[in-house]
Amino acid sequence: MASTLNREQYLELYYFMRLNRELEEQMVRLFRQNKIVGGLYSSFGQEAISVGTAYALGPGDWIAPMIRNIGSLLVRGFKPRDILTQHMARYTSPTLGKDGTSHFGDLKTRHVVSPISMLGDLIPVMTGIAMAGRYLGQKIVTMTWIGDGGTSTGVFHEGLNLAAVQKAPLVLIVENNQWAYSTPVERQAPLRDLADRAKAYGMESVIVDGNDAVAVERTAREAVAYARAGRGPVLIEAKTMRMRGHAQHDAAEYVPKEMLEAWKKRDPLDRYEKFLNENKLWDPKTKKEIDARIAREIQADVEFAENSPFPPPELAAQGVYCEGCHTVEADWKRAKEEVMPPRSGVKPEWPMQLFTGNGTQLSPANKVAIKSKPGKKSARASSGTKSGRAKAGR
Amino acid sequence: MAVTTYLEAIRQALFEEMDRDPAVVLIGEDVGVYGGAFKVSEGLLEKFGWERVIETPISESAIVGAAVGMGYAGLRPVAEMQFIDFIACCFNQITNFAAKSHYRWGAPVPLVLRGPSGGGVRGGPFHSANPEMYFVHTPGLKVVCPATPYDAKGLLKSAIRDNNPVLFFEHKFLYRRIKENLPESEFTVPIGKAVVRREGRDLTIVSYAAMLHASLEAAGELEKEGIEAEVIDLRTLLPLDRETMLASVHKTNKLLVVHEDTRTGGIAGEIAALVTESAFEDLDGPIRRVTSLDTPVPYAPQLEEYFMPNAAKVVAAARELARY
Repeated sequence: MASTLNREQYLELYYFMRLNRELEEQMVRLFRQNKIVGGLYSSFGQEAISVGTAYALGPGDWIAPMIRNIGSLLVRGFKPRDILTQHMARYTSPTLGKDGTSHFGDLKTRHVVSPISMLGDLIPVMTGIAMAGRYLGQKIVTMTWIGDGGTSTGVFHEGLNLAAVQKAPLVLIVENNQWAYSTPVERQAPLRDLADRAKAYGMESVIVDGNDAVAVERTAREAVAYARAGRGPVLIEAKTMRMRGHAQHDAAEYVPKEMLEAWKKRDPLDRYEKFLNENKLWDPKTKKEIDARIAREIQADVEFAENSPFPPPELAAQGVYCEGCHTVEADWKRAKEEVMPPRSGVKPEWPMQLFTGNGTQLSPANKVAIKSKPGKKSARASSGTKSGRAKAGR
Repeated sequence: MAVTTYLEAIRQALFEEMDRDPAVVLIGEDVGVYGGAFKVSEGLLEKFGWERVIETPISESAIVGAAVGMGYAGLRPVAEMQFIDFIACCFNQITNFAAKSHYRWGAPVPLVLRGPSGGGVRGGPFHSANPEMYFVHTPGLKVVCPATPYDAKGLLKSAIRDNNPVLFFEHKFLYRRIKENLPESEFTVPIGKAVVRREGRDLTIVSYAAMLHASLEAAGELEKEGIEAEVIDLRTLLPLDRETMLASVHKTNKLLVVHEDTRTGGIAGEIAALVTESAFEDLDGPIRRVTSLDTPVPYAPQLEEYFMPNAAKVVAAARELARY
C-alpha cells in the first residue's frame, strides 16, 4: 500500500527499532552483571509498536509511555544514556536516581509524561492534557499505551469514557501482547478483539498487525490526524506477542513453546528489513552503517552510565514539594482575549437539541455540547439560538 | 465589608481566581448547569463557559487524572468531589500520580482537589467522612481544612496559586452556618500556618474545621469555671505548623487535641508525638484527645451525636486536664 514516508524516514524507523532492540539486549547483559538496580522489562518483539506509533506524532504532541515503550522514548528524543542511567539508578539519570526504568519524562521540551506502575491511570491524565491543549488552542494530540491486561482496570474505562464524551484528541494504543504477566488474554477479557472495547464509548477503533512497522506507523498517522481534526479519540489495538517474560526475572515457562515459535516467524525487525530490501530502500552497506552507528552510540552511553556516580544519599530528603523550583506556565496558542475578561454568557441550562425527540430518545451529548472549536462552543451549547449567541457577545 | 457565608467565601475565591487567571478551570460532577451539589459553583458556568467549567461523567479517577494532565499542560485545575467520601475512588491518582510527581521526576502538579467533608448533617456512612489523614500520610500533598469564611477564601486562593497538589477539605456543616464580614479587598491566607483563635494560659486546645467551633464554644464554658483555654486553629494539616503549637504548650503546659476525624491514626496522635519529642519538659499533664469513635459515621442522630465530639465533651476533657 502507498505510504507517505520518504526513504530517510523509513531508514529512521529502522534505526529506532534496531536501537530499541540493541539497547535492551545490552541492558540484559548489564542486568546479568548486576548493574541494573531494579527490574528490567523487555519489549523484544514489540518494537514496531513503540517506534511506529510515536513516529506518527508531531513535535508539539504529547506521549506517556508504558514500561515497555523504550522505543517511544527514543523516538521522542531521549538517548540511550537516559534509559541506561535510569535503570542503573545513577545521579545523571533524568530522575537523578529517584525513579527507575522508563519512569521519567520531560514536560517542557519533549512533552513526555512519566508513567506510574498502576495501569490505566495515564489515560485520564493524557485526556486532561488533550483537553488543556484544545483550550489553549494548541491543536495537539496526546498518545499513550496500555497492555491487554491494563484494559481490565476501572480507570481504563473512566479515562476512555471521559475522552470520548469530551471528544478529546487522544490516541490510545492497546498493545495486545497476549500476556498479562502470566495470565493469557483469554482470561483477561472474553473478547476476540480488544478493539471492541471502544464500541462501549462510541469511539473509533482500528486493529493493526503490531509486528508490521509500516502498517503500525500508517495506522497511527491516520489516527493522529483524525484526533487532531477534533473528531474524537481513537483506540488502536496492535496485536503482538510478548517474546520474553514479564520481566527479566520471569522465565515465562507458562508460555506454550508453539506460541513462541509461531510468533518468532513474525519478528518485526526481520519483517521490516525484508520490507526495506523488497522496496530497495537500502542496501547492505546502509544497514551496516546504521548498525555500526547504533553500536557506537550504545557503547558510548554504557560507558557514560557506568562512569556516572550514584546520587548523594541526602538527595532522598529533597524535592517533595515544588518550592518555586519549577514554573507552571501554559503555552497559549490562541489569543487570551478570547477568554479574558470572562464573558461567556452561557445559560445554565441544557440545550434542547441535546435531547432527540424531546428527550424520548437520548443522543450522545457530545453531538451538541462539545465542539472542537471551543470559542464557539459555549454559545451554541447554551441554547443554540440566535439570542444565545448574541448574549455570548459574538 | 460584607457578611459572607463559608460557602459563599469559597465561591468568591473560585470567581476571583478564574477572573484573574485564565489558566484556572473547574472540573467535576454537576458543577456547571446545576452549580454543584451544594451550589458552590453556581454562576460559574454563566461567566466562564463550558471550556472552564467542565462537567464530567461520574468518574472520580478520571476527574483527578484529567486535572493532573491539565496541570502538566500549565493550567491550574480545581477538581471537585461531590462529597469528599468519594475521594476514595481516586486514591491512586492522588497518592501515586499527583503526590509523587514532583519528587520522582520534577513535574509539579498544580492541582486543587476540593469537596465537602465532615459529619453532623445526618449524611450517614458515605456522606460524612473526614478522610484527611489518608493524605496527611502521603508526602507530596498539602492538606488544608479551613474553619472560617476568611480562611476558606484566603486558603483556597493560595491553594490555586500553589504549584503542588492541595487537598482542600471544606466542612459541609459550616457551609451556611458560619458567617463573617470579609474585606472587599484582595487577600490570601498562607498554607502551613496555624493561628491562635483565643488566648489563654491554663491549657492549649488544638483543633481545626468544624471542631474549632466546638472548641471555642467549650473555651467559653471553661472560662465561666475559671479555666482559660488557648485555642489554636491548625488550618493546614500538611505541612503542619509545629511552632505555633509548641509556643502555646510552652506557655500553658497542657495540650488537648480535638478533631472530628476518628481516633486511631488521627492528627492528634501525630501532634502528641511531636510535642512529646520537642517539648516534653513543658508538659505538666498527659496529652489528651477528644475525637470521634473508631467506627464509621452512623446515620441516626442519636448515634452520630454519640460518635462525634461536641463542646460538652471538650469541656469535660479540658476540665480533667486542667486539674493536673
